[in-house]
Amino acid sequence: MIKIFGTLLWGDLGLAGYLMSDIVLEIKALTRRFGTFTAVDALTLSVKAGEVFGLLGSNGAGKTTTIKMLTTLLAPSSGEARVAGFSITKDAVEVRRAIGYVPQAVSVDGSLTGYENLLIFAKLYDLPHGEQQARIREALEFMGLTADGGRMVGQYSGGMVRRLEIAQSTLHRPRVLFLDEPTVGLDPIARDAVWKHLVDLRTNYGTTLFFTTHYLEEAQSYCDRIAIMHLGKLDALGTCKELEASLGDGGHTLNDVFVHYAGSALDSGGSFRDVGAERATAQRLG
Amino acid sequence: MTTTFIHPLTGFVEKTFVITEFELRKLRHDFTELVTRALQPALWLLIFGQVFSRSGAMHTGNIPYLDFIAPGILAQSVLFVAIFYGINVIWERDLGIVQKFLASPTPRAALVLGKGFSAGIRTLSQTVVVYGLSLLLGVKLNWHPLALLNVVVVVVLAATLFSTFSLIIACIVKTRERFMGVGQVLTMPLFFASNAIYPTSIMPGWLKIVSHLNPLTYVVDALRTFMLAGSTSGFGLSRDYAVILLSTTVLVFIGARLYPRLAS
Repeated sequence: MIKIFGTLLWGDLGLAGYLMSDIVLEIKALTRRFGTFTAVDALTLSVKAGEVFGLLGSNGAGKTTTIKMLTTLLAPSSGEARVAGFSITKDAVEVRRAIGYVPQAVSVDGSLTGYENLLIFAKLYDLPHGEQQARIREALEFMGLTADGGRMVGQYSGGMVRRLEIAQSTLHRPRVLFLDEPTVGLDPIARDAVWKHLVDLRTNYGTTLFFTTHYLEEAQSYCDRIAIMHLGKLDALGTCKELEASLGDGGHTLNDVFVHYAGSALDSGGSFRDVGAERATAQRLG
Repeated sequence: MTTTFIHPLTGFVEKTFVITEFELRKLRHDFTELVTRALQPALWLLIFGQVFSRSGAMHTGNIPYLDFIAPGILAQSVLFVAIFYGINVIWERDLGIVQKFLASPTPRAALVLGKGFSAGIRTLSQTVVVYGLSLLLGVKLNWHPLALLNVVVVVVLAATLFSTFSLIIACIVKTRERFMGVGQVLTMPLFFASNAIYPTSIMPGWLKIVSHLNPLTYVVDALRTFMLAGSTSGFGLSRDYAVILLSTTVLVFIGARLYPRLAS
């Protein structure tokens, strides 16, 4: 059973509905099967422009598969989603122009400088030639990397790599930034720095943040709303307070909420490859 | 959101060169690869070429054996490096780099061809080494600027062709272990079923047929024609170029279709 708190934001209104309601992400019955295994099962939810939205769940809950579908990297088996008004199945190129994506694994090139990593994306996203240098400077400054732009990324610390990845994914000012486990493998100080910059992005540019995480305290501190997925299904959706209150009286924490909806982490999977990739990321960044 | 209208073809060409540019920037930061690449053709020419030249076992018509294999060794060293190019995209997949590029609006074919071209430009160091050694060994080279230009074009196209082939294999097998296995299995047949180190005229009938289906044969034929003074093409240069260009186009097309598999 799905517990949904607060308003459910989507309506069957199409593009007009999107423009009127300021919904930037609209997911309807999105499903992905791998053979007989259903990784994401009829996921339906909406995200408002400017929202910080956290997708929680244990390993193998379907979070990464969801992000891959929304970023057009994986075709859904059925269902639909609209990102910034564009269909992920029919207008994939427009979706790609409207979004930024920070994968869980390290996605900047260690054999280039920070500046070069940004320059390549400035060119690939067709930023006007006259603006490229200014945008790159601004992005480096925004992420606190001005002094390190000329250094090889191979020499960066884990927190700097993540900040550079965020700079790279937001150079073209995307409407929605998707982040898959943005702070995995970072120490607490680096995590705080990454979050400070993410919150600034929302404040300054109105960027909608859609991210997955294992860290409940991050979800608690930074999310406007949270969705909890379990075995491919949406189990709960609401603000942190709403979710805590849903367990009844008695000062429940988000941790209680997570265990209640997602079950104990022991009963679910996460493939060998996923776990391996996550540890490898943690190792590279740490 | 501003949407810039860009003609698809202009966009494709521009993005291809952006990808190539950044692959070459990596080379500028670390050019040891260019040095290690130069070693292989040197060994083949100096050891294999010298020994077989002395044995007189190969009948290569009116050109000396060393002259005969110099272009073959160039083609071979291009093939041997290009065929393992796909390992890079598997590495980039294990990181998140491929995924990030695929989530950008860059045309898939530009991602594939841009990488192919960069592999092509990397082989220019091998070309320089083969020319240098050929000069020392007394191979009669054709120094006409147009001939040299054609050698460069053929080498770059050949590396693009085989590195794209390699990328396709990477998209199918997806892991480094399987890729190395498949790469090893493919290299030798491509090399031996070609006219690189012996003329097709001495091959048994079935192998002759296979060699005529092998793009490397046409690469070698074109290189032999352009590199050596007074050499004539076995198939005709227009046929050589047609085979090379058509194979490259088909492979880039297939590569562009398969590349997104790396993200899933």
